[in-house]
Amino acid sequence: MFGKLSLSAVPYHDPIVMLAVGGAIVTGLLILVLITYFRKWTILWQDWLTSVDHKKIGIMYIIIAMVMMLRGLSEAFMMRAQQAIAAGGSHGFLPPDHFNQLFSAHGTAMIIFVAMPFMVGLMNIVIPPQIGARDVAFPFLNSLSLWLTAAGFMLMMVSLGVGEFSQAGWSGYAPLTELQYSPGVGVDYWIWALQIAGVGSLITSINFLVTILNMRAPGMTLMRMPVFVWTSLSSSVLILLSFPVLTAVLAMLTLDRYLGMHFFTNTLGGNSMMYVNLFWMWGHPEVYIVILPAFGIYSEITATFCRKRLFSYTSMVYATASIMILSFSVWVHHFFTMGAGPNVNIFFGITTMIIAVPTGVKIFNWLFTMYRGRVRFTSPMLWTLGFITAFTVGGMTGVLLATPVADFVLHNSLFLVAHFHNVLIPGALFGYIAGYIYWFPKAFGFPLNEMWGKRAFWFWMIGFYFAFLPLYALGFMGMPRRLAYYDNPAWQPFLIVATIGIILILTGVACQVVQLIVSIRQRHSTRDLTGDPWDGRTLEWATSSPPPVYNFAEIPVVHDLDAFTDMKENNRANKKTDQYHDIHMPKNTASGLINGVFAFLFGFAMVWHIWWLAIMSTLGLLVAVIFHSADDDTEYTIPAAEVERIEKSSLRQSASAA
Amino acid sequence: MKRSNKIVFIGLFVICAAFFISGCSQMVLFDPKGPVGSTERFVIIASFALMMIVVIPVFIMAIWFPWKYRSSNTKATYEPKWCHSTRIELIIWLVPAVIVTILGIMTWWTTHQLDPHNPLIADAKPFRIEAVSLDWKWLFIYPDQNIATVNQIVFPANAPLNFKVTSATVMTSFFIPQLGSQIYAMAGMQTQLHLLASEPGVYAGQNQQFSGNGYADMNFKAIAVSQEEFESWINKVRSSQEKLDMERYKKLEEPSIDDPATHFSTVTFNLFEHILKKYHKNMEMNHNSMIKKNEPKQMNLSILEKS
Amino acid sequence: MNTDATTIDAVAEGSEHQHALSNQAFGFWLYIMSDLVVFAAIFATYIVLGHSYAGGPTGKDLFHLPYVFGETLLLLFSSASYGLAMLALYKNRKKSVLTWLTVTFLLGLGFVSMELNEFHTMISEGNGPERSAFLSAFFTLVGTHGAHVICGLIWMAVMAAQVVSKGLTAPVQSRLLRLSIFWHFLDIVWVGVFTVVYLMGVM
Repeated sequence: MFGKLSLSAVPYHDPIVMLAVGGAIVTGLLILVLITYFRKWTILWQDWLTSVDHKKIGIMYIIIAMVMMLRGLSEAFMMRAQQAIAAGGSHGFLPPDHFNQLFSAHGTAMIIFVAMPFMVGLMNIVIPPQIGARDVAFPFLNSLSLWLTAAGFMLMMVSLGVGEFSQAGWSGYAPLTELQYSPGVGVDYWIWALQIAGVGSLITSINFLVTILNMRAPGMTLMRMPVFVWTSLSSSVLILLSFPVLTAVLAMLTLDRYLGMHFFTNTLGGNSMMYVNLFWMWGHPEVYIVILPAFGIYSEITATFCRKRLFSYTSMVYATASIMILSFSVWVHHFFTMGAGPNVNIFFGITTMIIAVPTGVKIFNWLFTMYRGRVRFTSPMLWTLGFITAFTVGGMTGVLLATPVADFVLHNSLFLVAHFHNVLIPGALFGYIAGYIYWFPKAFGFPLNEMWGKRAFWFWMIGFYFAFLPLYALGFMGMPRRLAYYDNPAWQPFLIVATIGIILILTGVACQVVQLIVSIRQRHSTRDLTGDPWDGRTLEWATSSPPPVYNFAEIPVVHDLDAFTDMKENNRANKKTDQYHDIHMPKNTASGLINGVFAFLFGFAMVWHIWWLAIMSTLGLLVAVIFHSADDDTEYTIPAAEVERIEKSSLRQSASAA
Repeated sequence: MKRSNKIVFIGLFVICAAFFISGCSQMVLFDPKGPVGSTERFVIIASFALMMIVVIPVFIMAIWFPWKYRSSNTKATYEPKWCHSTRIELIIWLVPAVIVTILGIMTWWTTHQLDPHNPLIADAKPFRIEAVSLDWKWLFIYPDQNIATVNQIVFPANAPLNFKVTSATVMTSFFIPQLGSQIYAMAGMQTQLHLLASEPGVYAGQNQQFSGNGYADMNFKAIAVSQEEFESWINKVRSSQEKLDMERYKKLEEPSIDDPATHFSTVTFNLFEHILKKYHKNMEMNHNSMIKKNEPKQMNLSILEKS
Repeated sequence: MNTDATTIDAVAEGSEHQHALSNQAFGFWLYIMSDLVVFAAIFATYIVLGHSYAGGPTGKDLFHLPYVFGETLLLLFSSASYGLAMLALYKNRKKSVLTWLTVTFLLGLGFVSMELNEFHTMISEGNGPERSAFLSAFFTLVGTHGAHVICGLIWMAVMAAQVVSKGLTAPVQSRLLRLSIFWHFLDIVWVGVFTVVYLMGVM
């Protein structure tokens, strides 16, 4: 009836896990009780869960990312605490099987369920208004992507309390992930969480490619697109061409595990090197998928807070495009030590180094944007400055690792761990946080508190160096990654410093939580009435905050790269119209949510081999898709009078602010 | 408040710096004991130095520009429309490109030089060791001496070491940091590694690729000794009661954690080839196969080379 | 600059509906691209593992070219008949569209049945996907294509029902167009499968 699932799947014996599960359940229940108490269920259903509005979908994506970030950070803290203790004979407080789950879950969570949804969330909130569109090309598919991501997220969360998560690392190298070496359900949770969320990402990429290429406002040629739009476009291309490889390689691993096939097994002709190759053919572009949009965010922020045009927009665009193309030709640098011939290693080493050139150009472009500008040290700008310095260090260590000979001694050491955190945290996460602060007033109509924002930045920034510089040193000291305990006492002081680092980072996160609470409480006095709190340069600032559901009553016409600055300078910013038109907008639908629920049930059923449920949920998905596709009545009309009413009231509002 | 924060931070940095300095003596990668490790140290330091040409200006500009052009400094030049300079663009594209070219040439040269397949040239006779990765220990077979050890190798210093590496289980990585290069161990496949210890000593060896629950204990000692000491060690091993026959190997293959160093006085004939072929026995029976019989699958990424 | 803007304005006023339909066609092409990457990954795997027989049977022992050629013909003809359905669609002949859709469906069903029969024979002779890496890759590559064809058949049945219930409305036309892209795409992939797996397998 329930496949492999029984009550013993819950790890009652593990107090740490039970505490986490208990915490998650209590928080969940509390939220449900609060929703019921304040009678918000209808609002939640109508305005959020069934919404196809890109702005709301974006916010929900970011909520997913933030919840998962809390989990990922607590895992990071536990790993650091374990390694700070477990030296010279002590095995710390975590048994290896728990420690292994922690680093596997940490990597999966941070890449797939923090970086990806945070990025997609910001793209959702920003791209349509930035290109002067009313919505994305496929609003329903947008909601479907969200709920597929949420289904993967839920699978990962459930693995915390029901069964276990993978113990084979986030990259899940075969044959360790084969049934012979990992017979538990952990690897299956990892497979299905990635697979389902991956399909969501793929749909998102199609959606944004069509949106960006087909739905730009009149006058916005490709070379007038804001850099964030360019980088999101590149990132979408990378998703479109690399995620299918992940889908295929995970499907093959699934077939090995479920149907006894021999793609990556040691026996009967399987070839585990094939797994490693295919995984990194997705895995390396994935790094650029999450980093490129952050580069776009930094470009927007630098131009805005320097009150100056971005330096050399054209070379920025070409640099982005060349990074996009090169990222497909570097994957072997993840396994120089596999024993391939020197020419293979040299080829992939040099292509990797070449990527440093366009990346370096980008850094210089941001620096020269500040040159002869008027730099305002707001918190988004601080994150950008912190990024520039920290990322340069990360890029340098990256070029070092791209040298096969250096990689022969640094591979799989803590130097490597330090390196990729050093590129991904400043390169991606700092950008998302900066973007979150920058566009928060646009999404909600009030800004985040700057004082707490700056405190958060300093704790994060200093904590970051404390947490990762010691790891570089430990790499030179020969410490491999993923050790649950170790004998060498010389490593311990460095690991203690790294633990101090993560505590500082957690303090930064606490500041961000306080920032959010304080900002919400002050929202009435800090309301953004103009829609343009930062003196922005791009179109998203041309509409009110938060924008009406249709974003623009009248689609703006673009004459320049910094479209909104150009409007303000030529007195076209608050152009009043007497004539308003009816606007057609997509209707809300529960289809996305329903499909997400079925996808979750399917994943759960497959993990536990509950075949009847797997079949039922597949049928459910099929029926839901067919019914949705047969529905031609997907739009509703906002009458011109209603548009006029909304527009007039926001005009009054900004006039009163002025 | 602010000042006290600053003092705390500066204090922490000082402590941190002290750690780094005290750690220097422990930085085994900067204290190599063989030609492979020495070249690798040179590459790391040379690359760092080259990259400083870009990194230092970036750091200076990242502090100087925002400070000089801060919005409160109204005396600074303000050119909101200035966004292009061919000269600057040439510099920022060309300088990194030149550095990458130099690094690329260095990569070409050193990667060929340190190709793990290449035997090292030295006066002494090459010394053969076959390493097998098991769950979770290392088995070392000395084919010329017909002995075997677990989690320990002893070999003469200054003799070129010729390792053949494979795995009887999942993928792992064979690594002695102070001697240089690591190499993956993969089931059914044989990789090669050539190292040399230029002075006697006890060097830590480890598995560098996560391989499951016993991973943290999958360490061994690599002990370089003089020729005389080596002879006496061999005699000691040969007097050991333990013999590595197939039955004993089957027992050894079982997963175990934190195994002590063990010596075997004799080894069953061709054990390494047997382990390699274990995953290919079905292949040999195949008559139509294009893969030559009795030949272990060599590391071959020819597909990659073609692409 | 001003004239430039007014002409663009005029274009923007153009039918929103047309815009939505062209979005759908473009989006579908992008999906086809990503699906092509899935097939590329599986093809690459097949090429790498294609000789790892592990002592089991080889392509020569298993494949019967005339049978597979029959399958191929069914699929090629189904592509042609779908083309006829599209021609009927452009002439707005509902009945004719339905007839050709039915013919296409039956041909596709014939293809799937023949493929399943081939799989069944191989598995019952002990040459299932768990026999060797070669067979794993074979079943996965051919099976992935087959699964796509089955999805296409379900879609075709749904579209036939929509043609009956809704008539040849603009959305239905657009969906039929996309199904036609999908169906021809599967044909092209099959030509690859036939060449790489079957022809090269018996050579």
